[in-house]
Amino acid sequence: MDIRSQISMVFHLDKCIGCHTCSVACKNIWTDRKGAEYMWWNNVETKPGTGYPGKWEDQDIYKGGWEKKGNDIKLKGAGKKKGLSNIFHNPHMPVIDDYYEPFTYKYLDLIESPEVDDQPTARPVSLITGKPMDIKMGPNWDDDLSGTPDYARNDVNLKNLSPAEQQAMFQLEKMAFFYLPRICNHCLNPACVASCPSGAIYKRGEDGIVLINQKVCRAWRMCVTACPYKKSYYNWHTGKSEKCILCYPRIEAGYAPACMHSCVGRIRYLGVMLYDADQIHDIASADKDKLIDKQLDMLMDPFDPEVIESAKKNGIADSTIKAAQKSPVYKFVKEWGMALPLHAEFRTLPMLFYVPPMLPVMASITNVDNTEQSKKLGDISKFWPDNWLYDTSTEEFWGTIEQARLPIQYMANLFSAGNTEMVKLRIMKLMAIRIHRRWKTVGDISEEKARQVLKDVGLTQETADAIYYLTSLAKFDDRFVIPAAHREHAIEMMENTGDVKGSTGFGFKQDTAKRGL
Amino acid sequence: MNSLSDFLFIAYPYIAVSIFFVGAIWRYKSNSFKYSSLSSQFLEGKTVFWGIVPFHFGILILFLGHLFVFLFPGKVLEWNSDPMRLILHEGIGFTFGVSALLGLTVLFVRRITNERLQMVTNRMDIVIEAVLLLQILLGCWVALGYRWGSSWFAADLSPYLWSLVKLNPSIDAVSAMPVVIKLHIIGAFTILLLIPFTRLVHFLVAPFHYMWRRYQVVMWNWDKDRVRNPRTAWQSTRPKNN
Ligand code: SF4
Ligand code: SF4
Repeated sequence: MDIRSQISMVFHLDKCIGCHTCSVACKNIWTDRKGAEYMWWNNVETKPGTGYPGKWEDQDIYKGGWEKKGNDIKLKGAGKKKGLSNIFHNPHMPVIDDYYEPFTYKYLDLIESPEVDDQPTARPVSLITGKPMDIKMGPNWDDDLSGTPDYARNDVNLKNLSPAEQQAMFQLEKMAFFYLPRICNHCLNPACVASCPSGAIYKRGEDGIVLINQKVCRAWRMCVTACPYKKSYYNWHTGKSEKCILCYPRIEAGYAPACMHSCVGRIRYLGVMLYDADQIHDIASADKDKLIDKQLDMLMDPFDPEVIESAKKNGIADSTIKAAQKSPVYKFVKEWGMALPLHAEFRTLPMLFYVPPMLPVMASITNVDNTEQSKKLGDISKFWPDNWLYDTSTEEFWGTIEQARLPIQYMANLFSAGNTEMVKLRIMKLMAIRIHRRWKTVGDISEEKARQVLKDVGLTQETADAIYYLTSLAKFDDRFVIPAAHREHAIEMMENTGDVKGSTGFGFKQDTAKRGL
Repeated sequence: MNSLSDFLFIAYPYIAVSIFFVGAIWRYKSNSFKYSSLSSQFLEGKTVFWGIVPFHFGILILFLGHLFVFLFPGKVLEWNSDPMRLILHEGIGFTFGVSALLGLTVLFVRRITNERLQMVTNRMDIVIEAVLLLQILLGCWVALGYRWGSSWFAADLSPYLWSLVKLNPSIDAVSAMPVVIKLHIIGAFTILLLIPFTRLVHFLVAPFHYMWRRYQVVMWNWDKDRVRNPRTAWQSTRPKNN
């Protein structure tokens, strides 16, 4: 056993309101620079939709991630042989137009316009060339556009749905969508790290954050292809690749990353996970249907004395182990089994987990007679001749899952490598907790029924309340359990702190202590 | 004439080589952030293929070919003694020469005409591309006009270069060369001299070490065995930033 700690995350999708506050917080801090304007280390996509960059999930196009070859795994579009032979021209790399050409507006024209007959306009100009341009794409161009032919219907996850199922998804009255915020997953088996010929990308041993050393990157651009989530970006101005750094300067100081701190829906949770690094390769090479279960298996119980002992041997601080024991991520992912990784089939062992959204799945449509209701409306009020209603009733609890507006298979393609049972169980749990709370607070459901529902999904009343608390009422310190990074130890190992008192600050770090695996 | 030759074929090579080494190392030490191939495939990904691939394979083979003749002139002369093999040798060289020439032309035109690329192009990029283009053009001319280059390079120029290496320059053979060849030689040293000041530095950091590396890289800011050991906390490493 080789226990390491990882800063890991959970996004609770039922709570995401798609406001993009997270994206903007990140942009303001990190990527509001020349060459990085098009980068959104945090972006929010509408699902079904094609995302950013367009169709990023389609590895037939981009060749990202790992693929299983026998008992081993190989990088799909990079690696020693493919990478070095494609080093001059990387055939599967997205180019700027796959994201969008960054733009701004000539706002000054509005103010300085002379008096004329027409309204002055602010023309868009390219942030690359500075010349006027026609905007063709933006980072969230598919926002809220479920059902559209260009975006939603091109969603890669529709692949193994029947045409009838797809058709049903996009009927105007049944259309549904949800938001999928994405950042770098800080994977345990990162494809970006493995693909970098310069060795510029590395995973930090202490907290698992994956970083690109800007001084070592030489613009071979292999990580851009290799990351199946397209979360490594090429800065066209500096000639260096960049990616989400999980706000490591904030994390080290005990603050939540900016996207999480600012999240309006409070959907984000961050905490420590202890995992067994010895198993990484075996698990990443597991059969597709066992991938997720195995990945969950390698996340260790932070209360297990053996685990604690091994963690201490690896220099993990007591405060980190304590944080792991209080980790909201551990609760959601392991203890309660509510969260799943996105596209586990890419085999990078992502450490960002999602609680799948229940709402677009569960709300079905019932036929009702609205004529009486309509009669009550005055002449000038809007007449709504439809005879249907969103049905969120709880009568046939589990039955509604099958008639879901977003087919379970679609959810499974996103969150459980195609395995519908896994997603279904998670959604049933979400539903069960609601029913349990409804019995408690509204009271129109019998206790017996509520108990039965919880039993069906294997939860107790206490756990259900705990989940409810962490989902709905949790305070800042419950959602973000961030241990001190103990940088002081790291610094003391490299320099005599007395000598350099007051002399360090901004600049490049000159030495990294040790490489290893 | 003599003093000019002395300068061009004795002093200039030494100057070029010194500037190359000092410049490349200085740039790496002082600002390795600037060591990058500055790939522009991201801004324009289609035309670039038709330029960059023929150019790189062409220039690589040509470079290795020249290096080989310089290092092992005897072997080359021996190989060339059979006319069929000589023609094969020259043919391959010329093919890659043309490939490099066409490739670089595509790249040059692309860089000058594409609006987005102008934003990532500086003066040195244009200078080095022009010099390279001229050099390859001269090289192709030499190959066509002054046969058979691989043999006389081995016989006459290789000794000249070696004489430079041995710090005992003898330039009789070079001084007698036609002017095109002289220009090609001067061009070679000019490129060497310019390397540290251009994006060409990227070939100095070509990532061969990837071949021997394990795929995953994990770095520790602390040494896990010593980090919790109070006795090693204040060790005496000389601070670098003070
Ligand atoms: S999500 Fe992509 S960039 Fe982030 S660690 Fe995984 S492979 Fe690397
Ligand atoms: S800030 Fe939170 S709620 Fe808003 S889009 Fe981002 S993740 Fe969703």
